[in-house]
Amino acid sequence: MSLDQLYQQIILDHSKQRHGSGLAGTTAPAGASTGQSHQLNPVCGDEVTLRLAVADGTVQQISWDGAGCSISMASASVLSELGEGMSVEELHSVIDNFREVLRSRGKVQADPEILGDAAAFEGVARYAARVKCAMISWVAAEDALNQATT
Amino acid sequence: MTAVSTPASLQQSVHAMDNEEVLRIRNDFPVLDQLVNGKPLVYLDSGATSQNPLSVIEAEQEFYEQRNAAVHRGAHHLAVEATEAFEDARQRVADFVGAQYEETVWTSNATEGLNLVSYALSNAALWAAQGRGSSALKELAIGPGDEIVVTEMEHHANLIPWQELAFRTGATLKYIPITDDGALRLDAAGEIIGNRTRVLAFTHASNVLGTINPVAELVAMARRVGALVVLDACQSVPHMAVNVKDLDVDFAVFSGHKMLAPTGVGVLYGKQELLNVLPPFLTGGSMITTVTMERAEYLPAPQRFEAGTQRISQAVALATAVNYLAETGIDRIHAWEATLGQRLVKGLESIDGIRVVGPPSGAERIGLAAFDVAGVHAHDVGQFLDDRGIAVRVGHHCAQPLHRRLGLTATTRASTYLYNTTDDVDAFLDAVSGVRAYFQA
Repeated sequence: MSLDQLYQQIILDHSKQRHGSGLAGTTAPAGASTGQSHQLNPVCGDEVTLRLAVADGTVQQISWDGAGCSISMASASVLSELGEGMSVEELHSVIDNFREVLRSRGKVQADPEILGDAAAFEGVARYAARVKCAMISWVAAEDALNQATT
Repeated sequence: MTAVSTPASLQQSVHAMDNEEVLRIRNDFPVLDQLVNGKPLVYLDSGATSQNPLSVIEAEQEFYEQRNAAVHRGAHHLAVEATEAFEDARQRVADFVGAQYEETVWTSNATEGLNLVSYALSNAALWAAQGRGSSALKELAIGPGDEIVVTEMEHHANLIPWQELAFRTGATLKYIPITDDGALRLDAAGEIIGNRTRVLAFTHASNVLGTINPVAELVAMARRVGALVVLDACQSVPHMAVNVKDLDVDFAVFSGHKMLAPTGVGVLYGKQELLNVLPPFLTGGSMITTVTMERAEYLPAPQRFEAGTQRISQAVALATAVNYLAETGIDRIHAWEATLGQRLVKGLESIDGIRVVGPPSGAERIGLAAFDVAGVHAHDVGQFLDDRGIAVRVGHHCAQPLHRRLGLTATTRASTYLYNTTDDVDAFLDAVSGVRAYFQA
């Protein structure tokens, strides 16, 4: 396992060009129900606040603020890009799949058909100390999704 | 050929440490001899926890193989042997820091020592209010209107116990600020430490900044107003000569695992007259004289603060670690690490986009350096270094308020010990110089 497999170019790119970043600059579409979740990893200080808007069973918008390592920031960016436009059920199932891959210690391969760009985080699964970095925004999204749909 | 007549022990005390000696020292530390990610391990995280030499590992094993028993209870042979080993270890560690045997309390770690002092102090208020214990307790009781003073550079271990003591007693917590170069602002300290100050708690050497604080000046300020002085000596006792009597502090704490010993053992030093009047923190077996169904009377220190079965093998191992440090020469270790610390800072300062926190090169610091890399998070820096076999600490190093003061959320820290060579520092610097390019920052 080389460092380059952990830090794939797509991750480095997303850590700099962050899709969905900036809560203050976005407003949820009219009529959408929203959920917002703040997650903190006290070990490293990674922090994400993510807001998600749902209308007609579809995720309309995912925006977030965060501070943290390249893995955590890129992961939030990829999630935001990937999740927008998905149905609520689809996003739930993608989150479940992402979690399964990340927690598998490298045993479960990422399927780009399901995870899209998020498949690039497959390498993180082999770095136990970094799994939480990749997961933090996804945990926030799951929480926000539950809020928006109940 | 005058050197021929010089005794080996004297030679050792006059010659500065060098890489050649460090390479011999490294042979005593089996864990350092390994490859990480295919590269020789460069261990620069001793500020978090140090490695154990063979003599320490063997001392613990020897205890379990030959002398293991409960101490201070039981008349059988092994119990006597174990008690002797345990108490001899206490004397050895006490001697190392200039303390008396009775003033040296075993704890699990420095954190427990600081909690012990803070809880004993709030118990003092409870006892005094009910007329229990010595009349001297009234002077130790803290209450509303009183002030506890710490500094902006404290480790959470020397911060949160005081926040909680303030909460329990109604006292106010105040902070001595730092300069941008990571020194305590003594001008401000002189104003903050006043007649309401009951406790002044500060670190001897900062685990992030590397600053060595002026203990004498701060103690003098505390004495003028009759405040107790609590010293966090976690980053000083393992690395430099510390004499608690010369420093004239009331309490001092340090941890075994940062000074070549196993985890699970630490030390609280306290002046005897204070320890013997303070109420205990933890209560139970081994620390009592008479127990009735209503209440108990307590032993004097150190047993007063050592409830329950103690960490015996760890204490024995810590005494062995102290022997190792003393035989190498703690002043020589201090000087060597100061050299490594300067090399670290000078090297880091010359790399584009690196901001070292704490004193600049040339100014006194212990053998560690924490820094920020522009455009790269500390966790990514740590991962990059780990790929090259280099172990450093990343994050807030249990000092969130300090990092906030510095305008940072996390830093990367390299910390040295007596088993690090200048080659270790150079390998680290070489790797750091490649970090920003790798992350395209």
